[in-house]
Amino acid sequence: MPLHIEKVSHGYGPVEALADVSLDIADGETVALIGPSGCGKSTLLGILGGLLQPSSGRVTLSGAPPADSLNPFTYIFQDFALLPWRSVADNVALALEHRALGASERRERIAASLAMTGLSDFAAAYPKQLSGGMRQRVGIARALVVRPAVLLLDEPLSALDAQTRELLMEDLLAIWAREKSTRVYVTHNLEEAARLADRIVVLSRRPGRIRDVITIDVPVAERGRSEHAGLLLDVHRRLWSLIRDEAATADREMQRV
Amino acid sequence: MSERRAIPFRGGGFNPVPRRLLPWIVFFLLIAAWQAASSAGLLPALFMPSPAAVIDALYVLWTNGTLAQHVGASLGRIIPGWIIGTGVGLAAGLAMGIFSAARAAGLPIVSALFPIPKIALLPLLILWFGIGEPSKIATIALGVFFPTVISAYSACDSVPRNLIRMGQSFGLPATDIVAKIVLPGAMPGILAGFRISASVALLLLVAAEMIGAQYGIGAFVLAAGNLMQTDQLLAGVVMLSILGLLISWGLGSVERSVLRWR
Repeated sequence: MPLHIEKVSHGYGPVEALADVSLDIADGETVALIGPSGCGKSTLLGILGGLLQPSSGRVTLSGAPPADSLNPFTYIFQDFALLPWRSVADNVALALEHRALGASERRERIAASLAMTGLSDFAAAYPKQLSGGMRQRVGIARALVVRPAVLLLDEPLSALDAQTRELLMEDLLAIWAREKSTRVYVTHNLEEAARLADRIVVLSRRPGRIRDVITIDVPVAERGRSEHAGLLLDVHRRLWSLIRDEAATADREMQRV
Repeated sequence: MSERRAIPFRGGGFNPVPRRLLPWIVFFLLIAAWQAASSAGLLPALFMPSPAAVIDALYVLWTNGTLAQHVGASLGRIIPGWIIGTGVGLAAGLAMGIFSAARAAGLPIVSALFPIPKIALLPLLILWFGIGEPSKIATIALGVFFPTVISAYSACDSVPRNLIRMGQSFGLPATDIVAKIVLPGAMPGILAGFRISASVALLLLVAAEMIGAQYGIGAFVLAAGNLMQTDQLLAGVVMLSILGLLISWGLGSVERSVLRWR
């Protein structure tokens, strides 16, 4: 579903977080938003999913979401946001319970979503029994169960260790090969952006503006191949040169706040 | 190369480990020491009766039905008092936790009335409800109400905001967010509040019964003191301890079953 961010600005009181951001996102595209701490990338994601009201500007969409999408704009959260008192299956079911859905379709959707994330054997487990990686898989399963048209990922792998992050990147790519959604992926991790995104939008430090947009022509599914290692390295280097000074300034700014 | 020496160990400790037997051993040693001192004539029987005498008194009170009469009267006050205070307190506290307007309206009143020792209101409640049961039940209910309100609304505050945002992002209606996210999330805080309100209820029960009651553990303890029947007095105190332990055990098992996910 094509999305259009039209001159969006946002402030928290006197603090300006986002300044005049405009961007078109094509159907089925994966766009990564990166930038230094406090650049407003999570704010922009909140505005996209209707959790935050922009101070000015608007987000529009063209076309209608697919008929089977129960929650067109769906988030995957950095801290997983699982209900600790619900089992894995019940956490996934939470997204469906208030929707008009037959019991059998509900069961099928939950089973399919757990299978796609490798959680079928953990349906009855509670979040505290799971590792961070498995918990985020529950978050992914809960997002997939509503068949989102736009998947909004808010630093989904930031709370995970490096090895788990690597595994989940592979999982996300495998899922994305089957699930046709538009994705907006907020991260501060340059490697995640280079591996997962079709287009990388680099934001400046606060107030966030678009500094640059980098398009990667190699399809995400092929980026793991060794012949593209140089390309990823090159993207990484370009991103870092764009962000480095700003990140350093933002870092010193955060110290003072 | 010089001689190899082991690195001295300096970790460990500061980590409570359960010891199964020790609590019982200490408990029985204390009782035994008390009994030994009484038997040796070191404790005057009138001021500090021996454990055997207290158990004896308990047995007599149990067999002649006095104990059941007093305990029954006490339970008939503390149970309805606690239930009324908890019910109304939860309703008010959850409303204050969920609705800003209810909080703005309720918080000043609760803050002003919470510090009053509720037993001070017993004379007024007697004027309102008479000297009988309702005034005692009302005192207990009032004493339970305020801590329940406070624990309920702070328990709502302690529910992580990101879980509520998650609920909104999946399009959950507000009633579902309250029922499926806020209430279960507030449960640990609410149940912790029950422990506090139960101990407040026990305190007020005894105080109210000492002020004006014919039956009840508080009235019994007071009467025994007036007659210098210290063995019966301590038997009443032991009953209070047992009552408190039973309440705390009951709440503990409720916590374990409701909060199994922790």
